Amino acid sequence: MKIRAIVDWVKNANAYATEVYNAPYRSAIARAKRDEDDLFMMLVFSELMGVPNPASYYTLELQPLLLERFHQWHLRMGMEHSPLDGFRCC
Amino acid sequence: MNAILLMLLGLGAMFLGYVIYSKFIAEKIFKLDPNFRTPAHEFEDGIDFVPTNKYVLWGHHFTSVAGAAPIIGPAIAVIWGWVPAFLWVVFGTIFFAGVHDAGAIWASNRNKARSIGALTGDVVGKRSQSLFMIVIFLVLLMVNAVFATAISGLLINFPSSVVPVWGAIFVALIIGQVIFRKWMNLGTVSILGVIALYALIYAGPSFPIELPETVFGVSDNAQWILVLFAYAAIASLLPVWMLLQPRDYINGLQLFIGLFLVYGAVLISGPELVAPAFNTNVPEGTPSLVPLLFVTIACGAISGFHGLVASGTTSKQLDKETDLRFVGYFGAIGEGSLSLATIIAVTAGFATLADWQAVYHSFGQGGVTAFVQGGANILQNGLGLDVDLAQTLLTVMAVLFAGTTMDTGLRLQRYIFQEWGNIYNIKWMEKAAPATLLAVGTCLLLAFGAGGADGSGGLLIWPLFGTTNQLLAGLTLLVVTTMLVKLGRPMYVTLIPLLFLLVMTIYALLIQLMGFYHKSDWFLFSLDLVVLIAAIWIALESAGVLTRLVRENKASKAS
Repeated sequence: MKIRAIVDWVKNANAYATEVYNAPYRSAIARAKRDEDDLFMMLVFSELMGVPNPASYYTLELQPLLLERFHQWHLRMGMEHSPLDGFRCC
Repeated sequence: MNAILLMLLGLGAMFLGYVIYSKFIAEKIFKLDPNFRTPAHEFEDGIDFVPTNKYVLWGHHFTSVAGAAPIIGPAIAVIWGWVPAFLWVVFGTIFFAGVHDAGAIWASNRNKARSIGALTGDVVGKRSQSLFMIVIFLVLLMVNAVFATAISGLLINFPSSVVPVWGAIFVALIIGQVIFRKWMNLGTVSILGVIALYALIYAGPSFPIELPETVFGVSDNAQWILVLFAYAAIASLLPVWMLLQPRDYINGLQLFIGLFLVYGAVLISGPELVAPAFNTNVPEGTPSLVPLLFVTIACGAISGFHGLVASGTTSKQLDKETDLRFVGYFGAIGEGSLSLATIIAVTAGFATLADWQAVYHSFGQGGVTAFVQGGANILQNGLGLDVDLAQTLLTVMAVLFAGTTMDTGLRLQRYIFQEWGNIYNIKWMEKAAPATLLAVGTCLLLAFGAGGADGSGGLLIWPLFGTTNQLLAGLTLLVVTTMLVKLGRPMYVTLIPLLFLLVMTIYALLIQLMGFYHKSDWFLFSLDLVVLIAAIWIALESAGVLTRLVRENKASKAS
């Protein structure tokens, strides 16, 4: 029983420490990750913008998976609907 | 007087301030509402807006605002004796800093967590907003130049700290990788990191490193300043998780360990204060206490820099509105207690009055070096640490603080340059590397321009930094006061500090301006003039906005 209490305490302390470590930089890191994700998304959708993509055979498969992120992206960029012809989003 | 008594008096008064005064502010003035939907909930996105536990948020807020400044200021200001510095730190924390910090979070929280800069534009006026940008830029510029000078001084005075100071950066780099790649959990890493850091500190005195006195005619002081800026430039360009985040984290741990050690050693050894209560025999050239005391101690009594942190990041993570009393007000008390520890270290840490006078032989002396020397003596008497080791420990603590502030400051300055590049359509300035170079260039110009080729001039601008920082605080107080007037609530709790700050700042700027004129120091003269114009501008702006609002309020009551 005692040992369990100690283990719980350590786990709790660890969770707090993780939060302390991450809280100050959460936004900077998330934003950097979002920028990278946006770049990847642009690669996947590059054919639709007339940029030839040698890997389009594979990226075509990814398009539906990225649909939700695409929607968030065009909203974030201040466009109410999909900016791409022939690719409707919402 | 015994240092234990001073410590208990100071901590007790600040604690009472938290229990009584902050309760009054929270309930009667800000009227905090636990049911108010905070921006963290309203706009929750997992990136900027994240409701955060109040103790975690307090830790974040406190460690972001506490740096080397609350150490340097009081360590210079005790030249007038310990009573004035003590009173200003304690009463400043209770009636100025606490209200200012909590007020900044409150103002931002009630306005969709917008930053104080943006709020100035909305609440006060567009003109004030551009003024705000300029003042922020000046504060960052000065803080970088001052801290670089302070660190280089420490590295030269305490060569034993060179290995642990730079070693700490490697420790941070390793911690960053370990956490990022999820090799270990954070509890283990924290313990290992602290052990590694203290092992380095322990090894430091055995491997002192001194730079050659001159290289190509550049003095050792100037060499360190150049190295520091090169480091800060690189650090500010790295992704934050690599260096800044782990560094901040170890610093936070160091801060608590350091405060604990110093206060513990004071309690055990109970040293007597050797410095005079009021120094009637100040060295020649020391300016008068009023108004210079109030700008020499900025952080630790009230600091505008806090408003930036409070409204920039803290307000976006506030879980409940009532938490801001603890996060903001108690955060200010944390910083006040760091300043109090400094005052004790630099007044009780010397064996005799003559020793103390030897350190404080002219104005601007003392500073962090006195803190390290005095603090180390107290640690030796209280805990039996070797003096060299204790000095290394405190130097590392001070340098890490100042270093982190430097690379954060440089990063912020770079953002400002990039924003200017964007506004004025200068393409090359929008890129990170050239903007960083510009930021470093302006800081170096200030560090060397103020004090000649050996770069020792950084500390000359300390009081000027204080005035600029107080101006920033004044702008935040103006925003909070304006909001209070608009809500028809009593405005004196923020108006009185605002008036006091404006009067003292303008008075201090005028005195310094005369000083620079007599010394024909045209570089600092023009810098002072810019700050003075900004200060008068803020005063006029405040008077204009507040009289208009009060008149409108009266008119609406009459009708």
